[in-house]
Amino acid sequence: MTQAQLAQGNAPLLAVRDVSVVFGGIIALNGVSFDMHKGAILGLIGPNGAGKTTLFNCLSRLYQPSSGDILMEGASILTRPPHRIAEIGIGRTFQNVALFPNLSVLDNVRVGTHSRTTSDIVSDSLKLGKVRRLEAEINKKVHEILDYLDLNDVAHTVVSGLPFGTQKRVELARALAADPKILLLDEPAGGLNHEEVHVLGDLIKRIRDERHMTVLLVEHHMGLVMSIADHVVALNFGRKLAEGTPAQVQADPDVIKAYLGSKD
Amino acid sequence: MELFTNQVLAGIATGAIYACMALAVVMIYQAIDHLNFAQGEMAMFSTFISWQLMQWGIPYWWAFLATLIISFAGGIIIERLLFKPLAKAPVLTNVAGFIALFAIVNSVAGLIWDFTIKQYPTPFGSSPFLGSQLISTHQAGMIGVTVGLLILLYLFFQFTRIGLAMRAAAAMPESARLVGINTSWMIALGWGMASAIGAIAGILIAPVVFLEPNMMGGVLIYGFAAAVLGGLTSPLGAVVGGFLVGVFENLAGTYIPGVGNELKLPIALALIITVLVLKPAGLFGRPIVKRV
Repeated sequence: MTQAQLAQGNAPLLAVRDVSVVFGGIIALNGVSFDMHKGAILGLIGPNGAGKTTLFNCLSRLYQPSSGDILMEGASILTRPPHRIAEIGIGRTFQNVALFPNLSVLDNVRVGTHSRTTSDIVSDSLKLGKVRRLEAEINKKVHEILDYLDLNDVAHTVVSGLPFGTQKRVELARALAADPKILLLDEPAGGLNHEEVHVLGDLIKRIRDERHMTVLLVEHHMGLVMSIADHVVALNFGRKLAEGTPAQVQADPDVIKAYLGSKD
Repeated sequence: MELFTNQVLAGIATGAIYACMALAVVMIYQAIDHLNFAQGEMAMFSTFISWQLMQWGIPYWWAFLATLIISFAGGIIIERLLFKPLAKAPVLTNVAGFIALFAIVNSVAGLIWDFTIKQYPTPFGSSPFLGSQLISTHQAGMIGVTVGLLILLYLFFQFTRIGLAMRAAAAMPESARLVGINTSWMIALGWGMASAIGAIAGILIAPVVFLEPNMMGGVLIYGFAAAVLGGLTSPLGAVVGGFLVGVFENLAGTYIPGVGNELKLPIALALIITVLVLKPAGLFGRPIVKRV
C-alpha cells in the first residue's frame, strides 16, 4: 500500500470544491472538484486549453475563482492575499520559469525562504544578534538545497544566463526553500529530453519521500505522469473528465476520445 | 590644469547630489514603473523641515537625523494615501498624480515658510579643504556623505533579507508574492527610502542653491538626466550617471564657448534626448523586453 492509500481515511490535505473560473464569456473551469491526500503525487492531465494552468493559478491565488472553494487542511485559501499563500505551505514552479532574472542562483533560492522567516527593517539593517542567527540558518538551509539539487557549481551565477533545464532546477530549489507541504509543478518536463525526463521523475519521487511533500503535477508528458503519479485527474474543456489510478484513467473511453478523437 | 581639476572636483561634488536624486527616482521607477516628478519637491520639503528644526534650536546633526526619519515616514504615507490607490490606473492618471503632488508640496511649503530665499547652514564650513584651493570643505562633505550613503545602501540591498526581498519584488512581483513577499509593502518601503535619500540631497545642496520652495527644480532635471544616462532600471547606473552629469555640466560650462552658466540646464536636457535617441536603455540599463 502506498502512503497515499494509507492516508485515504483522513481528511484531505487539499480539497478543490466545485471550482469555476469565468473570463468574460469563456468558461475556463466548470465545477471541478478533487481531493489531494498527504504524501500523494497527483497528476493533472488534459489537452491544451483544458484548464490545467487556470486551476494552478487558482491554487497559487493568481486567479480568483468565480465560484467554488479551495480548502487547505480544512481552511479556505481564497480569503488570503497572494503573498500569504507560501506561509500555509503551498509552493509552485511555472511552465515558463519565473525566476528573478538578474539575481544569482543563491539569491533566488535565498528569497524562497522569505515566508519561513521574519525580521523587521531596523534589526535587519543593523544585523542585530537574532538576525545574524536567522541568516546563518537561512544560509545553511539554502546550501543544503543547492546540494540536494546539484546546483552548487552555479550558485553565484546570475540565472538569466543559465540553460533552461538548469533554470527549471533553480525554480524547484526556490520552491523547496519554503518547505511547502504541497508542491505544485507546472509542466516540469517541458523542454527536457528523454534522459532528463527520467531523472526528473526520480527526483520528484525522491522529493516526496525524503522531504515529505505532496506533489501536484501538471504535465503533457504522459509517460512521466503515468510512471510516477499515484492518482490522476483528467480535465477537458474546463470539466473533470475522469479520475482514478493511472491505469484506470488511461483506459477511460472519454479520456481516449479527448486525446485521440472519435470516429463520428 | 588647475582650472580643469577644480571643475572636475566641483562637478563630482554636485554630481553626488544628482546621484542621490537619480537614485531616488530610480528606486521608485523600479517599484512602480513611473517617474516621480515630485521627487525634488519632496526633497525641498524635507530640507525645510530640517531648517525649521534648527530654527527651534535643535543641533544640525540631530535635525538631520530627525528629518531622515520624518521623510522616510512621509514617503510611506504619500505612497499609501496617493499612489497605492493608483497602482492599477493608466500611466496618465499616475502622471497627473505626480504633478498634483508637485504642486501641492510646492504651494504648502510656500504657505508655511513663504517664498523668500533663506540661508542654509553647512556643518562642514566653506574654507578650502585640507588647505587646497581646489575644493571647499562643504563640497568635500557632500562627496563624503553621499559616498557613505551609497555604501550603506549597497550593503542593505546586497546582504539583508528585506533588501533581497525588495530587489525580488521589483524584478518580478508575481513570483515575489508567491514566495511570501508582501510586494505592496516593499513598494511603500521603496518610497520611504527614496524620500529619505532625497532629503539628504536637499540638505546637502541647500547651502549652495539656498533654501526656497523652487530650489530643487534644476537639481531634479539633472537627476533625471543622470537616471536616463545610467539607465532607469539600474541603481548603480543612476549613481554613475549622477557623477558623470555633474562633471560634464561643469566642463561644458567652462570649456564650450557660449555655454557658460546660463546654458547649463539645456545641456542636461540635450543629454537626456541624446541618450534616449542613441541608447534608450542607458549605460547600465537592461532593455525592457515584453512578451507579446
